[in-house]
Amino acid sequence: MEHHVKLPEGSIEKLTTTLNLGPTHPATHGVFQNILELDGERIISTEQSVGFIHRAFEKLAERRPLYQITPITDRLNYCSSPINNMGWHLTCEKLLKISTPKRVDYLRVIIMELARISDHLICNSIVGVDSGAYTGFLYVMQQRELIYEIYEEVCGSRLTTNIGRVGGFERNFNNIAFQKIEKFLVEYPKVLKEFGNLFIRNRIFMDRLQNTGGISAERALNYGFTGPNLRAAGVDYDVRVHSPYSSYEDFDFNVPVGKTGDNYDRFLVRDAEMWESLKIIEQAYQKVQEFKGTDADVFHAEVPEYYLPKKEDVYTKMEALIWHFKIIMGETAIPKGEVYNSVEGGNGELGFYFVSDGGRTPYRLHFRRPCFIYYQAYEELIKNGLLSDAIITMSSLNLIAGELDA
Amino acid sequence: MELNNMAITSAEILQKLTQKFGEDAIHSYESYGMFTFETDKDINLKVLQFLYEEPSLNFQFLTDLCGIHYPDNTGKEIGVVYHLHNLVENIRIRYKVFAPKDAPNIFTASKLFSAANWMERETYDFYGVNFIGHPKLKRILNVDEMDYFPLRKEYPLEDQTRIDKDDEMFGRG
Repeated sequence: MEHHVKLPEGSIEKLTTTLNLGPTHPATHGVFQNILELDGERIISTEQSVGFIHRAFEKLAERRPLYQITPITDRLNYCSSPINNMGWHLTCEKLLKISTPKRVDYLRVIIMELARISDHLICNSIVGVDSGAYTGFLYVMQQRELIYEIYEEVCGSRLTTNIGRVGGFERNFNNIAFQKIEKFLVEYPKVLKEFGNLFIRNRIFMDRLQNTGGISAERALNYGFTGPNLRAAGVDYDVRVHSPYSSYEDFDFNVPVGKTGDNYDRFLVRDAEMWESLKIIEQAYQKVQEFKGTDADVFHAEVPEYYLPKKEDVYTKMEALIWHFKIIMGETAIPKGEVYNSVEGGNGELGFYFVSDGGRTPYRLHFRRPCFIYYQAYEELIKNGLLSDAIITMSSLNLIAGELDA
Repeated sequence: MELNNMAITSAEILQKLTQKFGEDAIHSYESYGMFTFETDKDINLKVLQFLYEEPSLNFQFLTDLCGIHYPDNTGKEIGVVYHLHNLVENIRIRYKVFAPKDAPNIFTASKLFSAANWMERETYDFYGVNFIGHPKLKRILNVDEMDYFPLRKEYPLEDQTRIDKDDEMFGRG
C-alpha cells in the first residue's frame, strides 16, 4: 500500500492511526467496542470486543422454572421481544409435546410479524440516520408506537413484553387490540411506501450503501449468517419456510433475497420483508376473524399443568391457587430430554437448545443468538473500506447488544 | 432452494458414519426427532470434515456450538455440542464430544467453519474447553482476569436465602 507520509528509516513512529470506536459511542447504537487501525480513513484491521452488557442469562436460566425464563428472553433482541418470548414458549411446547389450537397460532403469527416489522423499521431507519437522513427514523417511530400499543393491549407492556404463556396467550385479544391492528393495516402501508420513496432510489443513499459491507453467499454461510443478512447475500434460508412453526405453512408469502450481500441489499431485503410481513398479518387477521362463536374464545391450549390459571381464579379457587403455585415454582413435571427449536427472529435464526434432566429448571439452556454469530464477520466486511462505511455496515447488520452479549 | 423430497434419513446418516468410522465409534440416538450421535473427541474434526465434504451428507452449515457440563460423568465431564444443518435437504443433526475435566482438549472446528471461532471462544469462556489450534482462544463475554469457568456446575448461583450479606442498596435488606 502506498503511504503519503514517509517516515525516516528506523523511526519508531507508525504510519497508521489507532482509533478506539466505542464501547459507548453515539454511532454504534449499542455497547460495542472496535479498536480500529486506520490508514487515513481506510481501515486496515479491527479488533472487536463484546460482552459489555453480559448478564449471564444461560447461568440464570439454570435456576429458573420455565415462566421465569420468559422475561430473560425479552432482553435478548429487545427490538422484537415477542418473537423471543414465543420462540421460548414454542421450545417448551416442543419439549412438553403440547400442540396449540390454530387460532393461537394465527394470533401468535400476527404478533410475531408485527415484531418483525418493528425490528426492521428500527434497523432500516437507523441505516438512514447513519447515512445522514434523520427524517425517516422519526417518521416511522409513529408506526412503531402503534405496534407497541397493540402489544400493550395484548399483554400490558411495550418493550420487554413477556407476552404469552406456554400453550397460548394470557388473555384473549380484546376489541381495542383488533381495532388497533386494523388501524395499523390501513396506515402502515402508506408510511412504508413513503419511507421507501425516501431512500430506495435516492442517489446519495445508494452511493453510500452500494458496494459497501458486502459478503458473498459462500462466506456468509460459512460465517453462520442467518436472517435478512444471509438472504441479502442470495441464500433463501428462512426458518418460517424451512421448519414452519406456529402454522406458518398456512400463509402465502415470499422470501425476498438479494444478490451482493452489501448494505444496500440488506436494506432492500428488510424493506421487502416488511411488505411480506404485512401480507402475512392481513392473512392471519382474516383467518382469526373466521373463528366464530366459542371458537373465537380460544386463546390457549388446554394444558392446566403448564398454562397459568386465570388470576381471578387464583384468588378465589383452591384448585387454581395450587396450580398457580406449582407452575410458578416449577413443580409440574418436565420430561427428560433435549430439544433444539428455532424461530425466525428479527435478525436471524434464534435457537433454543434446551437440555432437561426432568428437574424444575433446565439443566442447560443455550441461546443461539444470530447476531453474536454474524458479528464476527464484521472485520472481514469493513476491511479496506472507509470508516464512515463501517458505521453504516454496523447498523445494517442489525446488531443488538442485548442479544450479542446475552 | 428446492426442498428435496428424497431427503436422507437418520438411518442412512448413521450407516454412512459407521461405514467410515466403524460401528464402535458412533453412539447414536434420536431426541425429539433430531438424529444425535456421539464419538470419541479425538476424531471430531475428521467427523465434521466427513459430514461437510461427503456429497450425500452435505452438512455445511454450523447452526450452533455450545458446551455442557456433567460433573458425574467421570472422565467425560465436559461436552461440546454441535448442531449442524444440511440446508439443501433441510436436515438437522446434533453431534457431541466429551472430554475429561482436567484435560478438556478438543480440536477446533474454526478452520472448517468461520462461525465456530467465536462460538468456541464462548465455550472456552464458560466451560474452559481448550480448543486445540484455535487462532485466538481468549475470553469473549467475561473479563479477561476471570480465573474460573462460570457455567460449570460447581459454581451455583447465589443462594437467595442467605442472610450474611448487606443488600440494603438493592431493596433486599
